[in-house]
Amino acid sequence: MKRNTMLSIAAGVVVIAAVTLADATLGRFTVRILNLSAIYIILALSLNLLNGFTGLFSLGHAGFMAVGAYVSALLTMSPAQKEMNFFLEPIVPILATLQIPFPLALIAAGTCAGLVAVVIGVPALRLRDDYLAIATLGFAEIIRVILTNTQNITNGAQGLKGITKYSTTWVVWSCAVLSIVFMLALVRSSYGRTMKAVRDDEIAAEAMGVNVVKVKSTSFVISSFMAGVGGALLGHMITTIDPKMFTLILTFNILLIVVLGGNGSITGSVVGAIIVTVLMEALRFLDMPMNFLFIKTDGLPGLRMVIFSILLMIVVLYRQKGLMGNKEFSWDGFIGLLSRKGSARNGGRP
Amino acid sequence: MIRTENVSMRFGGLTAVSDLNISIEKNEIVGLIGPNGAGKTTAFNTITGVYKPSEGRIVFKGQDVTGAKPHKITELGIARTFQNIRLWKDMDVLDNVLVACHLRMGVGVFASTLHLPAYRAKERRSREFAMSLLESVGLADQAHEASTSLPYGKQRRLEIVRALATEPSLLLLDEPAAGMNPQESLELMDFIVKIRDQYDLTILLIEHHMQVVMGVCTRMYVLDYGVTIAHGSPDEIRRDPKVIEAYLGVD
Amino acid sequence: MDIATFFQQVANALSLGSLYALIAIGYTMVYGILRLINFAHGDVFMLGAYFAFYAVTALAMPWGIAFIVAIGLTGLFGIGLERVAYRPLRDSPKISIMISAIGASFLIENVGIVLFGGRPKSFPSIPLFDTVIHLGSVSVLSVSLFIPVVTAAILAALLWMVNGTKTGLAMRAVSTDLDAARLMAIDVNKTISMTFGIGSILAGIGGIMWTMKYPQLNPLMGFMPGLKCFIAAVIGGIGNIQGAVLGGFLLGFIEIMIVAFLPELTGYRDAFAFVLLIAVLLAKPSGLLGKNQTVKV
Repeated sequence: MKRNTMLSIAAGVVVIAAVTLADATLGRFTVRILNLSAIYIILALSLNLLNGFTGLFSLGHAGFMAVGAYVSALLTMSPAQKEMNFFLEPIVPILATLQIPFPLALIAAGTCAGLVAVVIGVPALRLRDDYLAIATLGFAEIIRVILTNTQNITNGAQGLKGITKYSTTWVVWSCAVLSIVFMLALVRSSYGRTMKAVRDDEIAAEAMGVNVVKVKSTSFVISSFMAGVGGALLGHMITTIDPKMFTLILTFNILLIVVLGGNGSITGSVVGAIIVTVLMEALRFLDMPMNFLFIKTDGLPGLRMVIFSILLMIVVLYRQKGLMGNKEFSWDGFIGLLSRKGSARNGGRP
Repeated sequence: MIRTENVSMRFGGLTAVSDLNISIEKNEIVGLIGPNGAGKTTAFNTITGVYKPSEGRIVFKGQDVTGAKPHKITELGIARTFQNIRLWKDMDVLDNVLVACHLRMGVGVFASTLHLPAYRAKERRSREFAMSLLESVGLADQAHEASTSLPYGKQRRLEIVRALATEPSLLLLDEPAAGMNPQESLELMDFIVKIRDQYDLTILLIEHHMQVVMGVCTRMYVLDYGVTIAHGSPDEIRRDPKVIEAYLGVD
Repeated sequence: MDIATFFQQVANALSLGSLYALIAIGYTMVYGILRLINFAHGDVFMLGAYFAFYAVTALAMPWGIAFIVAIGLTGLFGIGLERVAYRPLRDSPKISIMISAIGASFLIENVGIVLFGGRPKSFPSIPLFDTVIHLGSVSVLSVSLFIPVVTAAILAALLWMVNGTKTGLAMRAVSTDLDAARLMAIDVNKTISMTFGIGSILAGIGGIMWTMKYPQLNPLMGFMPGLKCFIAAVIGGIGNIQGAVLGGFLLGFIEIMIVAFLPELTGYRDAFAFVLLIAVLLAKPSGLLGKNQTVKV
């Protein structure tokens, strides 16, 4: 136990050092991928809480991210910027001059997404499996349609430009680490156990005194809060948002991470988020025009998503457990793995 | 302890249970028997709130609990096991019991996530309680094994332990001896009497295994096609011509 | 609103409702038999339209033959889809099948973008469908009249097949209890393939008629109609063919009429279906014509 705590602290120090070093030395493009990974970690964990730990299949993540992104952007923009953005129709007076510090805006973003989840969750969580998936997807679409049509609040289809770039390496990685620690503490607690019981067998859970509706709603609201924060961080990273950003494709990417990493594994979501984000950027060339010596292609937009769709299907068809199954990283397991490899090298002798 | 007043349960045109009138006193062990499809499990489901009865009232400890949600009913002190074992298969044996302990812990999502001191104390107590329960059925050594890796008989015992962890005053057992050999069945009978005494329980059980029912029950109800055809002590039931007819069929 | 505009809108609603109904039937049949939302059904619909487009333009086929070829190909595609994406997962948890379906949907859409190009294409005009017909003061495109007639004919044929033929009997048996059907020597795989084939053929017909009415093709054109038609199937009572038709028409009428009477809600049009879905699911979870189901404990 003592050894493992020390190893964890050591690993923490190494991560902090690595992040500092990376932030200082790597190019802007690489740092961007690094930070995007952190945001995807938060988003993947929040979807995994629903999908992997509570057994609720939701396709509405993009909607909650949109709520978070808009709330935080609108609350941090300066009045001058707002005036520049809202040239078609002026912004409603209350919002025009409202400006609060970024940390508060981030909390507000999560809270608003959580509140929307309360409103949506009451009717939707009565539904099961695929009905829930369609209903949450429907709610996400409704949110998008509302964002497009409320010109004097969200600037409609034009979206918001010039959002302040608050999502620095330190901010996003702090949030990611906080999310990981929070999730570990939650799923290992008594409340987390009731979530898993609901996932494995709802009827048995009810019969053992678990308030299934409450557990599902709590999970849904926490997940939406995290999605809202993730969406806000994303907005403050790319500095431009519009309703078209928050379609099912965004949810699909997060789902891919969760499935690839392993439904019900926090380690899996973290590893999956990094792999998918790096791949997503590394494969960006596929969508661009290519020029190999004498061969020229016009670029095939969509080819990247073809590869990701195939990846998702391969995982689901041939390795449903994903990379980690529902297992977690542990020092004991890690050391066990190392020593087993070591002993294999020594001709099998321990 | 509990009584059902003219409880009926209909699904579309089918009446699964009609005019059920069961009344059980504290610390009794009562049997509910009948051929397959007689409506025994449906009766359990209406008592535990899985179904809302089409008609009638269910009164538990003087309180009307008709149509209450299953988790509310468990909170009031009725726990059950399932005929087709329903353990949480991706959780180990101990966790299966700990989930059932959650009900009496009285901790919310924040206290437990933040691992506040009060929560830690309660969690420790739950673990001790769960381990002592597992110990009493000889499952303590397997506390960290996957629940589904246990042999059938032990899974049944784990289900009973899990129900006990909700600290009930009325325990409903749905075919606890199913799939057990005669030796295991005998042990089970002793076990049922033992937990009744140790935890001050009242027990209603569904069972096909006549040796078990006749052995532990002081009274029993016999259902056939949803109708209560007989009710009395094991000896009375054994001699009742209607029961013999229902079980053996008479041309 | 004058009476002529009103009838104009009724005609619009009728043809949109027919299209929704046709696609919704495919969802309902597949769901009825496998308890699975064929998330890619909307994309099969898109493929039907593109197959017809390329048959008419690149292969220069006469439209009648082109349509038959396209519909046939769409049906085969549906059968292939089930083989590849759903059959291997038949005994897997529901969430896995759902994820596979979403993966298939994204795959088809993006292969569509790569192969057909992301820019919309226009279907060449076919005079038979493109004529404006005047009925008193109401003028409608001829295709708007064809659509309800074709839908009615298909529905009649389908109901006859499901209720009056051996194949239909096998389908109903598999949808009631897959394992029992297998024990009764019904070829379950063949029946499921058949269901996907028929559902996809209907999607193909729907896709072609859709492009006759709204002659713009793009690889994502199946997404929204697909979702809405699933909703139509749920509203009507999933698994029930008449229910799918009822749901399709209901949705078609609501969309057209709300926009007609309350033009300020035009921007919210795509949200109506979801609001309706949630309302129906809360009031009657099994849909308007669906049977209530109890969970076995």
